[in-house]
Amino acid sequence: MTINEIQDNIIDEFSLFDDWMDKYNLLIDMGKDVSPVDPKFKVKDFLIEGCQSKVWLHPEFDGHLITFTADSDAIITRGIVALLIKVLSGRTPEEIITAELYFIDRIGLRQNLSPTRSNGLLSMVRQMKLFAMAYDAKQKQI
Amino acid sequence: MKNIKEIRSDFPILNKEVYGKPLVYFDNGATTQKPQSVIDSVNEVLTSYNSNIHRGVHYLSDMSSEAYENARQKVASFINAGKKEEVIFTSGTTGSINTIAFSYGERYIKPGDEIIISYLEHHANIVPWQMLCERKGAVLKVIPMNENGGIIIEEYHKLLSSRTKLVSVTQVSNSLGTILPVSEIIRAAHSMNIPVLVDGAQGIQHGIVDVGAMDCDFYTFSGHKVYGPTGIGILYGKEKWLSELPPYQGGGDMVDKVTFEKTTYNQLPFKFEAGTMNYPGAIGLAAALDYVTAIGRENISLREKELLQYATEKMSAIDGLKIYGTSANKIPTISFLLKGIHQYDTGMILDKMGIAVRTGTHCAQPVMDYFGIDGTVRASVCFYNTSEEIDSLVAGIEKVKSMFA
Repeated sequence: MTINEIQDNIIDEFSLFDDWMDKYNLLIDMGKDVSPVDPKFKVKDFLIEGCQSKVWLHPEFDGHLITFTADSDAIITRGIVALLIKVLSGRTPEEIITAELYFIDRIGLRQNLSPTRSNGLLSMVRQMKLFAMAYDAKQKQI
Repeated sequence: MKNIKEIRSDFPILNKEVYGKPLVYFDNGATTQKPQSVIDSVNEVLTSYNSNIHRGVHYLSDMSSEAYENARQKVASFINAGKKEEVIFTSGTTGSINTIAFSYGERYIKPGDEIIISYLEHHANIVPWQMLCERKGAVLKVIPMNENGGIIIEEYHKLLSSRTKLVSVTQVSNSLGTILPVSEIIRAAHSMNIPVLVDGAQGIQHGIVDVGAMDCDFYTFSGHKVYGPTGIGILYGKEKWLSELPPYQGGGDMVDKVTFEKTTYNQLPFKFEAGTMNYPGAIGLAAALDYVTAIGRENISLREKELLQYATEKMSAIDGLKIYGTSANKIPTISFLLKGIHQYDTGMILDKMGIAVRTGTHCAQPVMDYFGIDGTVRASVCFYNTSEEIDSLVAGIEKVKSMFA
């Protein structure tokens, strides 16, 4: 599946619910499924600090695809972290760099990704793209 | 006194709905809502007599200058300053503290000197002093806090020494709501001829502030936290200090005579008011103080005590809820956490229920570090809130608990 197909799937899944409470409950459930970041990576180097909540993000590159693991101390944030992983993990650097993320807006969780929230999510997206750019540049050098 | 229905109808925003639910506004510690009279007064400046102050010879400039100076007199009377020249308009509490940190610092602080603050300070009363200490090689000393969220006053007395050049403390903790014993702090400092700045950002709106009786040397507050507009604040300073201190910023209106060789400065208060001031804000602030005076500051205090007691009772009864800041002497600010639930999660769900609270460190990271937490949820209540709204908050908290259990 392409990145956009996955985004569309998520939008479909969330559109089953009209009520915000159900959407948040779905998000909370998704947060529970996040595969944990290896504790040895849950350190300052991989921490994206927000005023409201923290996000840890760890990338691994096998020369072709980047696999991300991530976590947050807040459950709602962790739910969105799970969605971002679903969309962007296991992709080539180029796919990640060029990805346009529209699903968060469409499922009605845009406010969680606004710069004023300072919950680490916006920085997480930026960081995922930066990792992809760094791996991409490294690849092209070789 | 007006009844609560009448009071609430003075504040247009309180009738608003968010997400289809009636707004419950418990973020008054961050900023307060504005009564119609304040909105009207700012509107009137902009529609009827807008003109730069202290500049023109013309009719409108006279009108706005007069309204601006009347506003200064209103502020002086409200806080019981000796003279209106002791009242400086600034951009807010942060601007006021930075003014003193610079001007007092330039004039009086030398390497090895000490400045005392408390553990409970907002970052705005920490960072300017740290910057000053770095510039001058001075040392910042901190009055420690206790489990209840108060300061350990005995330790303050021990910190005072011949090296102490200034004490700068908050009147009320923004993160916990604790009221500090500023009178005792000032008396002790004055007995050693040390001046005291009081950060009144969270104090001005919750009771009677009398800088004369308090005898502080400087007092600072923001208009927007006392039902006035944003972008306007006050620096009160005793004349003996303000006349001694060098200006903070240079520019128009703060000068007497300018040549390329030398500039002499204008008299007080203009020496500290460089550039075009926020005169619509100042006039709006005066309208806010009029409103507060009309309601009655004793009435406000009394009502807020009742609301604090009600909220504390109801919230203490919630299983797994811990209140941070349990001093007997506090304003109606309730900082809390639910066991095992992150403050961001609590805040997001309350928001969806139309309840506005603040979450995070409240610009007071040392206080959070003291308790070993990353932040709290803060419900800051004021006199226009109701016990029914507190009931809504309690119901909201129960909902949060059920979702994250």
